[in-house]
Amino acid sequence: MGRYVVRRLLMMIPVLLGTTFLIYTMAWAIPGDPFASRCGQRPCSDAFVAAETERLHLDKPLPVQYAYFLGNMAKGDFGTTSNGQTVLEATEKAFPITVKLTVVAITFELVLGIGIGILAALRRGGYLDGFFLFTSLVAISFPSFVIGFVLQYLLGVKLGLFSVTVGSGAPWGDLILPGFVLASLSLAYVLRLTRASLLETLQADHVRTAIAKGLPRGMVLRKHVVRNSLIPVLTYIGADVGALLGGAIVTEGVFNIQGIGGLLYHAMRIRENATVVSVTTLVVLIILLVNLLVDLLYARLDPRIRYE
Amino acid sequence: MFSKKTEELGKPEVDENQPLLRVRDLSVVFRTREGSAQAVNKVDLDLARGQTLAILGESGSGKSVSAKAIMGILDMPPAEITSGTIEFRGKDLLTMPEKERRLYRGQRIAMVFQDALSALNPVYTVGEQIGELFQVHRGLSRKDSKKKAIEMMDRVRIPGAAARVGDYPHQFSGGMRQRIMIAMAIALDPDIIIADEPTTALDVTVQAQIMELLAEMRRETGSGLILITHDLGVVAETADVISVMYAGRTVEHGPAVDVFANPAHPYTVGLMESMPRLTGAGDRLYAIPGLPPSLLNIPAGCPFAPRCPRAEDICRQDPPPPAVQLDGIRYAACHFAEEVVSHGIH
Amino acid sequence: MSEPDSVAALETIEGAPGTPTSSVTEAGKSRTLAGDAWETLRGSWVFWGSLVLIAIFLVMAAWPGLFAHADPRDCQAMRARQEPSGSAWFGYDVQGCDVYARTMYGARASIIVGSLSTLMAMIVGAGIGVYAGFYGGWVDILLSRVTDIFIGIPILLGSIIILSSIPTPPGSDFLNIAKVALAISVLSWPSTARVARSAVIQVKQSDFVAASRALGASQSWMIRKHIIPNAAAPVIVITTISLGGYIGAEATLSFLGIGLQPPVISWGIAINDAAPYIRSTPHMLLFPALFLSLTVLAFIALGDVVREALDPKTM
Repeated sequence: MGRYVVRRLLMMIPVLLGTTFLIYTMAWAIPGDPFASRCGQRPCSDAFVAAETERLHLDKPLPVQYAYFLGNMAKGDFGTTSNGQTVLEATEKAFPITVKLTVVAITFELVLGIGIGILAALRRGGYLDGFFLFTSLVAISFPSFVIGFVLQYLLGVKLGLFSVTVGSGAPWGDLILPGFVLASLSLAYVLRLTRASLLETLQADHVRTAIAKGLPRGMVLRKHVVRNSLIPVLTYIGADVGALLGGAIVTEGVFNIQGIGGLLYHAMRIRENATVVSVTTLVVLIILLVNLLVDLLYARLDPRIRYE
Repeated sequence: MFSKKTEELGKPEVDENQPLLRVRDLSVVFRTREGSAQAVNKVDLDLARGQTLAILGESGSGKSVSAKAIMGILDMPPAEITSGTIEFRGKDLLTMPEKERRLYRGQRIAMVFQDALSALNPVYTVGEQIGELFQVHRGLSRKDSKKKAIEMMDRVRIPGAAARVGDYPHQFSGGMRQRIMIAMAIALDPDIIIADEPTTALDVTVQAQIMELLAEMRRETGSGLILITHDLGVVAETADVISVMYAGRTVEHGPAVDVFANPAHPYTVGLMESMPRLTGAGDRLYAIPGLPPSLLNIPAGCPFAPRCPRAEDICRQDPPPPAVQLDGIRYAACHFAEEVVSHGIH
Repeated sequence: MSEPDSVAALETIEGAPGTPTSSVTEAGKSRTLAGDAWETLRGSWVFWGSLVLIAIFLVMAAWPGLFAHADPRDCQAMRARQEPSGSAWFGYDVQGCDVYARTMYGARASIIVGSLSTLMAMIVGAGIGVYAGFYGGWVDILLSRVTDIFIGIPILLGSIIILSSIPTPPGSDFLNIAKVALAISVLSWPSTARVARSAVIQVKQSDFVAASRALGASQSWMIRKHIIPNAAAPVIVITTISLGGYIGAEATLSFLGIGLQPPVISWGIAINDAAPYIRSTPHMLLFPALFLSLTVLAFIALGDVVREALDPKTM
């Protein structure tokens, strides 16, 4: 187990370097004036240009720039927002809210996604199965802001079941609807993956063995079918944490939530692209770290991987 | 403690005076998109205590499907049992409710599968997988069932059983995995062990050890053994009785010695001749020409006729009598069984 | 015999060209697979439904005037946010433009962005995937690591960084559209590359490729004759599915305000403009959202149903 962790960590280094280099290239090394579209409709102020050139050493050759970029990130320097706050400070406040939203979304994926997926697999070919397969296809196809607005309008405005926006401090109750919207896409994938994985495991030889051992049907399903089928599903959900943090931009925008996504959404509205780039860079880094953690946890699920 | 729980523990009661296993007129059909495949066609089988019955045949002959039907682990659908009875000590397993049938699996009839790596669950330790038999059927605690698992692993001679009980299937070699399958099969002291090609997935050197272990376990437990195989060498060493299957039917049945010495069906003759022998080195190996018929479309008449060197017009027109009796204890489904027994096919 | 031409089309995707097609050989098997797939597809209402929808949207993108007679740029503030009526089926938007006309004309931007992104992602992705899979060794290791790096960044976030860093070229609708398509495809080619790579590796290990190698076939001949035709099916499937996804991504970026910019007419922009008024006049948002979602649905459903038909495991 220990060796596996070390190997994963070592393998992560080139990927992390590659990704940050890619981010740097996309954010700053695109040919042309790097400040052409950073500050909304107006040209950037000389002070901002000077500060950023100094911070990122844009006058130096590319490898040096990248080294400084890495160094800045290591020091936690991701730049400043328009109201003078550093990006790190701004996200520190917003991060817990986004985490709460993500927790709600993952709960939906775990409970509804896996639950319905198992049900659909056991009722394969039935009406329920067909209904959920189609519903999940719709959920995959409809962009999340469309689902967000439709549910906000129907459940919030028309039926009054949920509050339309999220109050300050983001109480859990207010996050149910946004959490569901954020989860909708992944929920559909989890459902389909659970169903497919279960159907595959049902055909597995070891399930036949379990039946031949005279185990009760419920136990065969629980212990020898569901347990095995969930490994790829949980892996998917783990990898999905990153996607959820990214998707939060849209959801938090729709429901006016003051999380990281809300921060980005706001910056995009006023076309403050310098802030957009800085915050996005930070979010991508958080996602990479979360994915690494999830990867390490994965080894706990499947004994075949642990001893590889 | 709860009456429901205790009710389900222990072996189901049976009448020891009735024959151990009596299969009559068993037919299994697979319903597929292309049509109905007659996988098993009116098969009879008998097994007595302490006896080893070998079911011999090519893949697709229906031998595995028959075994799964006896075990009650056919996937239905697509499979469907269209006729027959499977009597265990006089009780028909086919008409029994599933709740009751379940208690026979593992306790009265147990099975050893071909590929132990896929037949064992990769995410549980072997101790857990052997132990769960004792938890479910004997109501033992987790701790006690682990002890039992070590005991069983010792019995099938897995070195260092106590240390390896917590290992996962993929950490064992192929031979050791098959020993674990055997340990699971004999754990609850069943009356019948069905071994479905137990050595096919193994190295030749390990095959003999596993067959020896199976034979030994059968002797120790006094159970009956059904050995499904296409390997004549394996059959020659262990079987008391042989059933040869072709295209879903039993084509020959009789004591192993007699069938080996003097086969009564041209297909059996072909099988024997295609077996390599140490004597007569230098002879070309015989191969039965052609392929078995598609089970979707079994020809009228004798299904073996298109490949049979002895076939005459009658073979292509009329199905052979299902069992031509020879010397009182042998049967063959061939128009010319008596001539084949006395003169061979050439 | 009497089956339509699509059977032949599917066979060229699935079957191994140059191998005998008698019913007993291995090649016969893959032929039956394509035949089976077609049988499944022919009876599937999802297949025909999505094809019809896609056809309608393509015509709409090419000739929006066929569907809408009103001018989408004829906007009059006095009729802003009017509800749907007999003269304007979908009502008017914030600026008083005809929502129906703008929805019909919006198809073009979405379809172009989707197709351009798909084209770029497919050329780069399939190229890299085929190259890595075919040559193997360190080429494969290097390209696979590069693919991993690109996959590490969520498409939405990556496109946000790119779009915020490149200024929008003023005055050119096409450059605006191309910029969004580029931003989407920069990070989306890796999924195609992975699919293409594994398909190629699978084909490469098959017996007929080994045989043709043994017969001294040249590499370029093998790539053209064996590898590409056989790797095509999975790549086409993932391309169809992702085309839907890219259209959704364009709308999301435009909705966030950094994708397409006015004066381009697009569903995403329409939804963005309508969002603040969702409580009072939801019609301005619902109609473009409906068309957007149906388009995405059509492509994803088509890809999904074809993939399922081609996958022997699900049958």
